[in-house]
Amino acid sequence: MARLNEANEQLARAIIARYPEPRSALIPLCHLAQEQDGWLDEDAMAHVAELIGCTPAQVLGTASFYEMFKLHPVGKYCINVCTNISCQLLGGEELLEHAESRLGVRSGGTTPDGMFTLEDVECVAACTEAPAVQVNYRYFHRVGIEDFDALIDALLAGELDDVVPPHGTLAKVRQDLAADRIANITAPEDQEMPVWIARAEASAGEGAAT
Amino acid sequence: MNGIVNSLGGTNTSVAPGTPRIVSSRFDEPQGHTLEGYRSTGSYRGYEGLRAVLDMGPDEAGEMVKEATLLGRGGAGFPAGVKWGFCPPGVWPRYIVVNGDESEPGTYKDRVLMERDPHQLIEGCLIAAYAIGAAQVFLYVRGEMAHAQERVAAALNEAYEANLVGRNILGTDFSVDIVLTWGAGAYIVGEETALIESLEGHRGMPRLKPPFFPAAKGLYMRPTVVNNVETLSNLPWMANHGVSEYRAIGTENSPGTRLIALSGHVNSPGVFEVPQGTTTFRDLFESPEFGGGIRDGHELKMFIPGGASAPWFFAEHVDLPLEAKVVGPEGSMLGSGAVVVMDETTDAVRACLRIVRFFARESCGKCTPCREGTTWEEQILTRLLEGHGRPGDLELLLDVADNISPGPYPVASDPQNSLEAVPYPPRQTTICPLGPSSVAPITSAIRRFRSEFTDKITRRPSIPVGSETPAPATAATAGEVGHG
Ligand SMILES: Cc1cc2nc3c(=O)[nH]c(=O)nc-3n(C[C@H](O)[C@H](O)[C@H](O)COP(=O)(O)O)c2cc1C
Ligand code: SF4
Ligand code: FES
Repeated sequence: MARLNEANEQLARAIIARYPEPRSALIPLCHLAQEQDGWLDEDAMAHVAELIGCTPAQVLGTASFYEMFKLHPVGKYCINVCTNISCQLLGGEELLEHAESRLGVRSGGTTPDGMFTLEDVECVAACTEAPAVQVNYRYFHRVGIEDFDALIDALLAGELDDVVPPHGTLAKVRQDLAADRIANITAPEDQEMPVWIARAEASAGEGAAT
Repeated sequence: MNGIVNSLGGTNTSVAPGTPRIVSSRFDEPQGHTLEGYRSTGSYRGYEGLRAVLDMGPDEAGEMVKEATLLGRGGAGFPAGVKWGFCPPGVWPRYIVVNGDESEPGTYKDRVLMERDPHQLIEGCLIAAYAIGAAQVFLYVRGEMAHAQERVAAALNEAYEANLVGRNILGTDFSVDIVLTWGAGAYIVGEETALIESLEGHRGMPRLKPPFFPAAKGLYMRPTVVNNVETLSNLPWMANHGVSEYRAIGTENSPGTRLIALSGHVNSPGVFEVPQGTTTFRDLFESPEFGGGIRDGHELKMFIPGGASAPWFFAEHVDLPLEAKVVGPEGSMLGSGAVVVMDETTDAVRACLRIVRFFARESCGKCTPCREGTTWEEQILTRLLEGHGRPGDLELLLDVADNISPGPYPVASDPQNSLEAVPYPPRQTTICPLGPSSVAPITSAIRRFRSEFTDKITRRPSIPVGSETPAPATAATAGEVGHG
């Protein structure tokens, strides 16, 4: 697909300005690209590289480390079934098997209609609510076999569109840190002792002198 | 429909009668995540602690945290005040990186804190930044936690708007930025130096320490304090109520409370705030306000006291208190406040394999003993479980493990066979503790349940070459991990 569109490129520049060094924006910008396209395309990675001043290979080198970045197209919904210990104890592996037969794909596969990608994932921090499932990183707790079927039916019917955005969209609320609001962010070498520390040291020094 | 509850539904977060709620007081407040809710509900008034600290001065604020013995809640339990003191004097800038990458299997508490009380965390960041002299805070939230990211983003927007974050906070000369940043799926990024690598835009691979610890050379090779979400979330209450009230809870060594995620085979799992040091595992399992007993009709077989990385405990350990200085010599650790209960229907080999597979999948690959060793461990356990184990496999498994973590590995005592406990922590041939953690379930399970392993080797199924070839056993049919 594509490089970042104009609106996203502007947003990308605002995000870069929040970090002392532009490269720190690499992961957030890859998320932005994935939000735009649903997956992380090579052209998008090249664009991210231009924006933060590194090579496309460096972007790929980082992005390929992280499970959430999909370097190939995936379904509209990524169904992540946790099979780690707390979920395993309460049927997470059986739920995964059921999901495989319901969707007709093995874990890692995408349904032919492009609706669902199924994955067995590691602990998603919902261990007391096992078995846990995430759909595009939205949580569903204590999912039994019937609940899973109902969840798939609801997704197909579009009933969960308010809760579950298409794959790629993470937080629907962004930090809104306009450049004129930023108090202190500059390159590390331009930073000095913070004023409140300097004042405290000066008054401690005075106290000691008197 | 029962299953379709999103993340705000369901989680049981009760406390024992009379226990003060330090960090969980707004968990059940529907508006506790807003600025208005933070100021008007809970066990203290939001952002009043910050005001008090700004009147104190940075050194006094640091002293407060030191005196309180605020133990890190991320896993290692190191006192926060002491860690802050490791920043070399006169070197600027200093950064704070907040570890919200929660992904240790069994652990579920930082997500609740970020989703339900984000302002508490922000105020905690402000108090820490003021004391340490950090002008920039990076709040790193696990990538998969979309809702936590939304709640923290919304709270930061409110706080900037209200002049609680940013320039000249509350009219003083204290100015700090808090930047929300997030990961993209990798357990190892929870390790502090890997977190820093990730925040610099790199693959999340840990750095070798020594020579440099983050407090001396961390983010951009500048002094950096990495603290867990829960650790910092304690600061606002402490600033409001004072150190002596804080120290009055828990014990001398482990004051205050901890959030414990109790999961697995109990009647009522949940995320519970309990006093450290005085609460026992039995309290957690049996009290009606907590676990409400091992699930009906079953009995305890084993439990993990501190997340997947912790060696296992057994029925005779339930009366131990949640106190690092007690649990360590008994052969395990409290880790990340994750207690996983397994009843007698649990197949020890299958549970062990699942945890080992986690470490094999999450190994970053930087060092050989972990990269190759965890994969090898997984292979051996998989073939054991599938009925293709070989004589000598247990010895091989222990030998591979010994190459990742040499010497006797921490393990609980086994009174029936007169075996002593080996105290925590393990040794390592690796850069970080991830590889050695894979050994915990192996040595724990083999010491206690050796026959469950050897049975699987001697019961090797013969598969006839004929028309009626039975399907090979799969992980799901080979053993029973109870599910109910
Ligand atoms: C493999 C590994 C994973 C870790 N994961 C986390 C984590 O998810 N969250 C966390 O706060 N600390 C985690 N830690 C501990 C951090 O390295 C660090 O000790 C901690 O964030 C410091 O904060 P504290 O002193 O406030 O506990 C992990 C450590 C290791 C070795
Ligand atoms: S022990 Fe494993 S996770 Fe840690 S640095 Fe080595 S390879 Fe990476
Ligand atoms: S083990 Fe499944 S959410 Fe933690």
